[in-house]
Amino acid sequence: MSANGEALVSVRGLKTYYSIRGTFFDRLIGRTGAAVRAVDDVSLELRKGEVLGLVGESGSGKTTLGRTLLGLVPATEGEVVFEDRDITKLHERELRDMRRRMQMVFQDPHASLNPAMTIAQAVGHPLEIHGLVRDKAVARARVAEALERVGLIPAEQFMDKYPSDLSGGQKQRAVIARAIILNPVLLVADEPVSMLDMSVRAKILELMLSLKNDFDLTYLYITHDLATAKFFCDRIAIMYLGRVVEIGPSEAIYDDPKHPYTQALLRAIPEPDPRRTVPRDLPRGEVPDAARPPLGCSFHPRCPRAFEVCGWESRDLKELLERRWAGMEEAGYEAERAAVGPVEPLDEPVTHAELPARGGEVRGILERARESDPAEPFWTGVRRIAETNGHVEVDWYEPVEPRLLPTGSVEVECHLYDEEALAEAGRRRSGIPE
Amino acid sequence: MSGQAVLEVRDLRLWYGTARGSVRAVDGVSLEIDAGDTLGLVGESGCGKTTLGRGILGLLPEGARADGEVLYKGRNLVTMSPRELRRLRGPELGLIFQEPMTRLNPLLRIEDHFRETLEQHESKLTDAEVRRRSLDTLGRMGIPPTRFRQYPHEFSGGMRQRIMIALALVLRPSLLVADEPTTSLDVIVEAQILRILADLKANFDTALLLITHNLGIVAEACDRVAVMYAGQIAEEGPARDVFGEPMHPYTRELLRSTISLDTTELHSIPGAPPNLIDPPSGCHFHPRCPDVMQVCPVRDPVETAPEPERRVLCWLHGPEREIPPGGTARLEREEIAVAEEA
Repeated sequence: MSANGEALVSVRGLKTYYSIRGTFFDRLIGRTGAAVRAVDDVSLELRKGEVLGLVGESGSGKTTLGRTLLGLVPATEGEVVFEDRDITKLHERELRDMRRRMQMVFQDPHASLNPAMTIAQAVGHPLEIHGLVRDKAVARARVAEALERVGLIPAEQFMDKYPSDLSGGQKQRAVIARAIILNPVLLVADEPVSMLDMSVRAKILELMLSLKNDFDLTYLYITHDLATAKFFCDRIAIMYLGRVVEIGPSEAIYDDPKHPYTQALLRAIPEPDPRRTVPRDLPRGEVPDAARPPLGCSFHPRCPRAFEVCGWESRDLKELLERRWAGMEEAGYEAERAAVGPVEPLDEPVTHAELPARGGEVRGILERARESDPAEPFWTGVRRIAETNGHVEVDWYEPVEPRLLPTGSVEVECHLYDEEALAEAGRRRSGIPE
Repeated sequence: MSGQAVLEVRDLRLWYGTARGSVRAVDGVSLEIDAGDTLGLVGESGCGKTTLGRGILGLLPEGARADGEVLYKGRNLVTMSPRELRRLRGPELGLIFQEPMTRLNPLLRIEDHFRETLEQHESKLTDAEVRRRSLDTLGRMGIPPTRFRQYPHEFSGGMRQRIMIALALVLRPSLLVADEPTTSLDVIVEAQILRILADLKANFDTALLLITHNLGIVAEACDRVAVMYAGQIAEEGPARDVFGEPMHPYTRELLRSTISLDTTELHSIPGAPPNLIDPPSGCHFHPRCPDVMQVCPVRDPVETAPEPERRVLCWLHGPEREIPPGGTARLEREEIAVAEEA
């Protein structure tokens, strides 16, 4: 396609945190609450004329990143350079001028249109807001032109209708018309087709591709759907818990996914191929809370290939015990739980945990857990289990923070592709002190 | 597969009146599900899938009318009194909804949800039995017993859907209707839930009707599939055969318009499903059908079984004796404008 490598938007070290308000008392004594790290140190470039797919599950921070890019959400740290200006430093008025050049299409076409505005009013609204067209007849002509461009033909038939008179696909076309009426250069499309029926999705994607060619647009396509992204995007960035874990050309990502998370996402897509059955080797659990991310690599608790350096910790032990108990008969579970005691104290992001010893019983439970599933990656991260003073102490290796490193034609943030991390894991495995 | 039909639907019609006329949401549907089998029901929005699912369980909105037979283990649910039907729902007939968030009571612990459900239907159970049954079912869904006393908001979306499934299964129903059970979930969690549903037959021998618009889900999780269009079953058969070699043009076009990892070219079906007050004459799909023939708009199609285990509602598959002379000639289709798209 027409991506020529020149950057339209450069994102560097971008962080967007949402603070969770503490209690009234917290504020009184000046204690700041915790923060949800929605975007946690992301650097990437959006090249002129390309479609960059930002792919992740809900809670990955992809929508927040898209919004921060447009200045709709204030950045906590880092910069977003668009046409030589850092938009995170702009005032609202300057930002408003910039927004003529960058527009957004949202997921839900029903919620994106004001039900009290006719289609002509809604699509022409940006002209009014930016004070671009004073003459009503001229404005109406511009609206008609935009509507016809998105396939709402004849435009006259749609202009005086209300959103409720339109189907989902037609509404999304109107939303796109409103986005292109100011001739933007950048369009951020947040799940533009995921609320639409299968048979309509293709039409909207086709429209977006033809608009891109006609108007020389650059797209940031935000989605959870790897199948549409594969068709639609030149490059793909996979996000997990606020970070880009893999980024590269689409062919490379789909033909040879590197990160275990990317591999899992691709395997989980239900394909209308009668020879396939439901995959069994799926990552367990769900995206964790971004206010309390796992230590080390955020994906390690779910990762089938995690090892010594990935950031194993106390909370992983809690989950391991809970998973074990979920599969047990009541009597066995009751006995083990009584011995271990409450698991809530384990729910801390630390690499040291203490359990009651109960005369060797708890140690026995841990040993049985290990024997029942020796391949479980969790055990690679355990440095020491020892019994002292009526306690079982469990220690894990210190986490190594993953880095986004070039690997082949992509960049990936995973210790499996980091020579230094692999060497460190080797040292740990053979018991050489750090 | 035991081969014993748990559910037999025969010529079911469901309609409700509106100011503009009566909506024939389900128009002469017949299908069967055996114990331990999963039937996928697919089609675009507005084809009557949800109405059919609800109608089978007798959960239609007020003002709706039903005609035909819904035989559950031989008993007709359509003519059953509301009281008898209520007694069957839960222990015999289960339903899993689309949005797990809105179906759990935020003020009740998970434990209380299970207690209420079990006490309602099996009042003789002791507290210990209630607890054992609940924990056992939750455990099979991967919910640890340590979380039994927590509230719904303490669980993630995927966990809540597992709890909903466990709540439906704790009464061990023989028939379960799942209406888009994974639509609001992420792809990995969706696959986890589908695996649980696929394991139902091994664990519970439950007959499952899985309603979805996602053909990929049906291909992976269902034994059979029924493709619904405008209130009718366009095609039905083993999922493998139907997706491998679709007989109805609608099935074929739906498969082609699905964007998957193998998609190299976009394809879509022109137009939108018709309104069900006044659907097109003859075959309801004829205005959108690429293979439309002279006979299609003038005569209602007749169901045929071109292969064992399969049936299709399309004139392409005959019966030839019912097609008037010249009926198989192509009919030029009018262009469908965006004005009519979905």
